[in-house]
Amino acid sequence: MQFMLALIAEERSWEDVTPDEVKKNLAEMGQFNAELTEAGAWVMGGGLQERATGTTVHYGDGEPLVTDGPFAETKEQLSGFWIVDVESLDEALAWAKRIPFTSNHVEIRPMVSGGKELLEKAERS
Amino acid sequence: MATLIRVTGDFDLAEEAVQEAFVVALERWPGEGVPSNPGAWITRVARNRAIDRIRREGVLRDKVAVLEHLEALRAEPEAEPGKQLGEIADDRLRLIFTCCHPALAIEARVALTLRSLGGLSTPEVARALLASESATAQRIVRAKRKIAANRIPYEVPAAEQMPERLPAVLATLYLIFNEGYLAASDAALVRTELSGEAIRLCRALVAMLPREPEVCGLLALMLLTDARRAARLDRDGELVLLEDQGRALWDRELIDEGLELSHAAAARGPTGPYTVQARIAAAHAEAASADETDWERIARLYAWHVEIAPGPVVELNRAAAVAMCEGPQRGLGLIDAIDGLDGYLPLHTARADLLRRLDRSEEAAEAYRRALELEPNPGERRFIERRLAQASE
Repeated sequence: MQFMLALIAEERSWEDVTPDEVKKNLAEMGQFNAELTEAGAWVMGGGLQERATGTTVHYGDGEPLVTDGPFAETKEQLSGFWIVDVESLDEALAWAKRIPFTSNHVEIRPMVSGGKELLEKAERS
Repeated sequence: MATLIRVTGDFDLAEEAVQEAFVVALERWPGEGVPSNPGAWITRVARNRAIDRIRREGVLRDKVAVLEHLEALRAEPEAEPGKQLGEIADDRLRLIFTCCHPALAIEARVALTLRSLGGLSTPEVARALLASESATAQRIVRAKRKIAANRIPYEVPAAEQMPERLPAVLATLYLIFNEGYLAASDAALVRTELSGEAIRLCRALVAMLPREPEVCGLLALMLLTDARRAARLDRDGELVLLEDQGRALWDRELIDEGLELSHAAAARGPTGPYTVQARIAAAHAEAASADETDWERIARLYAWHVEIAPGPVVELNRAAAVAMCEGPQRGLGLIDAIDGLDGYLPLHTARADLLRRLDRSEEAAEAYRRALELEPNPGERRFIERRLAQASE
């Protein structure tokens, strides 16, 4: 089953870190992603640009309304995510614990598995 | 003039035609009154003069295409002022990329840009660049010849060529700015006006290429630097170090604009050296006093600078910033690890300063003496000699 590992972190500008820290971080994350892929658990993932670069669509009775932002109200934001395909929550947790972070937190949520599994069932029958 | 250069592909023809148009204006405007759109009037008259001249010279064969183009322009109804301004901006943009083609030597790029886009006469360019009039004229002629001989096109480079072409333009503008900014107090006023000219050209470039963060970064860097102009020299015309400058003399308006631009440039990351330098200048501008300077932030920014545009001078600047937050010993270690800057005066004054702070007076004195061997300008010489006397006490 699929889980989303959502990275909730304080937004930091490139000016707040040194290039060496960034390089170390990228290398460690690359290693972690390679291990995920090797184990066949990688579905997709990536980092997000700062929240101010985002756009929001609001739905209602009329035409959907597009607005700039959202602009940060809290320091911690959705900053990146992984989708992993594993057997159970325990396995997802085991992977999450191996993410090379020294701060931040990661929220783990099972994906609604309607479509894909129904399709597979239909194919089998 | 940029329009005519584009159409005729000939700097000299365009220049002469524009000059003739001004002469006509001088003759007519006092009697007939100034036309409602003087710029368009000049362009129209210059265009007609260019057509006449091409015809007179009778070298029609290779000029037919140009002539047709000019005739077509003449046939066009008078454009609305707004539209015309847009076209002029486009022509200036094309021309700046031609004048600053990387195949031209930087001195030639500077002279040609000031002449063609800055509206300076050749003698003015020569005075501004402290070069002789004949050498400057020759430099400009050679550059024009090279452009013609190599058929360097009058066009804005395609997006994929931009990374190669834009740095040559930005380096030219920054050099023009610094020629004006670093001019000693006794230099002619025209030299300090170069900074204003560079800023004006860079503003135009930002308006034309709003998606290039480095253009924005360069403008921010120029504004934040120019903001310190009044505090840069003391009454005797001697250089005042950043840490000793009276910050009340800094131009708040330029700083505010520079800060905003530097933020905009930095939003997409450390995209280039001008953006990073603009953020360093911003860090200084945001410190209410020298003591409140965030040196850790500046040292990090220099680390980014080293990362994206490595070089010994950048390493030296980084070492100086590190010395401010991690102590002179660390800074000295970094300076002594730099290769290939032994002939660079600021390395020796920086080194001497750190040795002085470490109470290693004899070594400091030796470094100051080494600096004196490297032809400091009069202001620098007075400063170094004063420090040397203190170190030798």
